[in-house]
Amino acid sequence: MTVETSIRLSPLADWAAAFDQLPADIQVREMPFRTQLSLRLDADGPAAASVAEVIGVALPTAPCTFVGTDEVEALWLGPDEWLLVAPPGRQAQLQDALRAAIGDEFGTVTDVSAQRTTLRVSGSLTREVLARGCAIDLHPQVSPGGTCVQTQLAQAGVVLLVRDDAATSVWLLIRPSFAPYVASWLVDACTEYREEAP
Amino acid sequence: MQLIPCPWCGDREEAEFHYGGQAHVAYPDDPHGLSDAQWAQFVFFRDNPKGPFAERWMHAAGCRRWFNAVRDTATHDLLAVYRTGQQPPQSIAPSTGQDQAQVATA
Repeated sequence: MTVETSIRLSPLADWAAAFDQLPADIQVREMPFRTQLSLRLDADGPAAASVAEVIGVALPTAPCTFVGTDEVEALWLGPDEWLLVAPPGRQAQLQDALRAAIGDEFGTVTDVSAQRTTLRVSGSLTREVLARGCAIDLHPQVSPGGTCVQTQLAQAGVVLLVRDDAATSVWLLIRPSFAPYVASWLVDACTEYREEAP
Repeated sequence: MQLIPCPWCGDREEAEFHYGGQAHVAYPDDPHGLSDAQWAQFVFFRDNPKGPFAERWMHAAGCRRWFNAVRDTATHDLLAVYRTGQQPPQSIAPSTGQDQAQVATA
């Protein structure tokens, strides 16, 4: 049994003040507690079509992409694996709807909301700062909006979502135990872009 | 850093991958019929060629899928990558470990 606590603290709750001190051309915000469901099924099977009806969009089959609606996004994590991401608090509703849609077909839905927290990085410096720790080329010609790569940022595993074609908005899905490290790395990587040296 | 072409994700840095040893080592048809020496041969003994070598890799920091690659052990060039269940390209002719499997099951 888990203990119900009255206060829920996100992994980066203490970092908001530090993020406020970043240069004007880059903004970092945590988007905590987002709903995340791991979905495993055969991409060509009937379950995939059922799921597509529930989430309103076909599961992406092209590697390293994501698609979605305002309600839920489907991230390609593998040829038979997706991560469904939705606003906070939708776990039970989405999970029930997906399980009902999959029915007796082969497929699994697992709530992994606590597995990662989301960092929203935006601003014109986004690509330059991330390039200091990430080998993925975020140039819009290589990584247009809709790109979802699992890679390493400063040796920490991340899921990186490119939100727009100019790569000025990127979401990072990070394990909670790595989140303070990634946050401190981001703040450090931004240091040289401050207008006046500390 | 060397780039390894994951069959799913494309070129990624070598640090994202995990090495899985020789590929295409067939499980013995009748494990109970093997002597200890034959079983040890299957479990512990692998080829160590100089040249093309078929081996297993996993994209650990990415899609976490196993795949096969033919790597030249002398130059560290990755000559081909292909998905699990597929056979290496005939043109490269790596050492596949089939010989050992025959020894083990003989």
